[in-house]
Amino acid sequence: MATLTHQESVTAEYLEVTSGTRKNFILIIIAGVVLLIVGVIVSLFGGGGHEAAEGAAAAHGATAAHGAVAAGHGGGEHHSSAPWLKRIIVSLWHNNVFFTGVSAIGTVFMAIQYVAYAGWSVVVKRINEALSAWLVPGLVIMLVVFGLNFINYDLFHWTVPGIMDKGNANYDAIIAGKSGFLNIPFYVIRMVVYLGLWIYFTKRLRDLSLSEDLNGGTAYFHKSINVSALFLVFYAVTSSMSAWDWVMSVDVHWFSTMFGWYVFASWWVSGIAAVTLCAILLKQAGYLPLLKDGHLHDLGKFMFGFSIFWTYLWFSQFMLIWYANMPEESVYFNQRLGGFNGQYTWLFYSNLAINFVFPFLVLMTRDAKRQMIMLKIVSIAILIGHWSDFYLMFMPGTMKGENGFIIEIGIALIFLGSFLILMTKRLAQASLTPIHHPFLDESVHHTT
Amino acid sequence: MTKRFALGIFEDEDVLLHAVENVREAGVKIYEVFTPFPIHGIDDALGIERSRLPIAAFFFGLTGLSFALWMQIYMLGFDWPMIIGGKPHIALPAFIPVTFELTVLFCCHGMVITFYAISKLYPRWRTPVLDVRSTDDKFVMAIEVNENTDMNKLTQILRENGASEVNQKEMSKF
Repeated sequence: MATLTHQESVTAEYLEVTSGTRKNFILIIIAGVVLLIVGVIVSLFGGGGHEAAEGAAAAHGATAAHGAVAAGHGGGEHHSSAPWLKRIIVSLWHNNVFFTGVSAIGTVFMAIQYVAYAGWSVVVKRINEALSAWLVPGLVIMLVVFGLNFINYDLFHWTVPGIMDKGNANYDAIIAGKSGFLNIPFYVIRMVVYLGLWIYFTKRLRDLSLSEDLNGGTAYFHKSINVSALFLVFYAVTSSMSAWDWVMSVDVHWFSTMFGWYVFASWWVSGIAAVTLCAILLKQAGYLPLLKDGHLHDLGKFMFGFSIFWTYLWFSQFMLIWYANMPEESVYFNQRLGGFNGQYTWLFYSNLAINFVFPFLVLMTRDAKRQMIMLKIVSIAILIGHWSDFYLMFMPGTMKGENGFIIEIGIALIFLGSFLILMTKRLAQASLTPIHHPFLDESVHHTT
Repeated sequence: MTKRFALGIFEDEDVLLHAVENVREAGVKIYEVFTPFPIHGIDDALGIERSRLPIAAFFFGLTGLSFALWMQIYMLGFDWPMIIGGKPHIALPAFIPVTFELTVLFCCHGMVITFYAISKLYPRWRTPVLDVRSTDDKFVMAIEVNENTDMNKLTQILRENGASEVNQKEMSKF
């Protein structure tokens, strides 16, 4: 038992995942499967009058995307899968990138707290540890879906055979110029290295944290700081590079130097929203007695601040491209603002509204950051908002004008249910309060 | 208007913090506490209400935002329209950096000026300081007193709670 100045001791408390809760998670998955099936049926039988529009949109997309290289890349347009299959593959990739990225934030957040010698966050530390439970399945799904890409090259245009060979009908000079980085073996190696590093450091920090629970003392704490510092160096590089690989290479002709940070900001603010939401739900279920207004206030400040940070990066990327207005750059926003008969335009503006205007105005006052209901609404909005931010990054480049929502939301629900099952399982494995953390006392008496 | 104060001088912030709680519990109204550096939790101990400065800050920010937008839209859209980079005269994305900066500028300066004004920290001929040592290494608790105050009892309360000295001082224009 850790001895505290104002309290006798802190006892370990364990989360009990009731069968009702587990049933709810399974219900989420079932709802997702039902939506997925409905979506496939709608896509199979409801697409009759859609064909003409589809053709026009696809043609428009092709001219827009390949405007710069149309001459070299006219003849060899490959055939893509049936819309429903393509949507499933793209959606699996989209959801896995989102959930894996958010999952990694658990470890990143914890590592930053260690390196900064921050004490306030100790009471939510176990939630961060549990958040990273998705990394291992994330790696497996990512490898599998990358394999599915080769059915009809639906996800990554640069994987089409012959696209980098001069003289081939599929040859594309711009993509061939990127072959040193964007080739399949190196891509798979990078994917395994990124996630392998994240998984390794997550496990290392988790093990140290659990040993600390058993044995106490400050040795584990100091070791965690070293591990965290090393992890953050690797993460700084790999998070940026994974954003190029997993997200930006979908729009393979286009590139932006802001993109790594932009994707990281999206993951980061979603991760903090997930931690906040989880902490509030646990508190309302009667757990985490040490979590007070002050901790919620700080989490609220993080959500508020990093929503603005995300907007800052989003705008920095948008404004330069809008101002310079060079075709090979502005095609990215052309597709999202008015391209494909304007079907992404509403999402483009609502993305800004839900991820910037809403958190900014709602969480501005001190009182709002200390009220569970406000934080709950905003964190759910941020999670949905950044899911659709990733939707907006993937869909125009892959689905062109054939995007939809039923299949996509179905797959998102399947991911959500599985994510929650894994996360609560890991949450239940250890005491919700790290009882021997040296900064526990500071966290308990945290006031803002 | 002249006011008279009893000053309890403390050597340590923890002693002061507990003294504040105890003195208030004993029914003595504390006028103000002067410390060389900010002390965590002293606002709560003194029972100070939350500042309304953030509300002022919001309106300063809003003023800056409106001013910046008005300025750019009027200048570039109506007063002297120019074509820059083939963009419309009123090109909102291009205005956002300036709007942001002016919002921050108005907000910061407005807050600082408001804070100085309500704390009476503007330049004056004679700066009223109850005990100059509160700018160095002493913690000063000021209690307003008048003819009816039982000075012996007050001194005793302060002494019991760790004050190293108890002085009196008259101050005009405070």
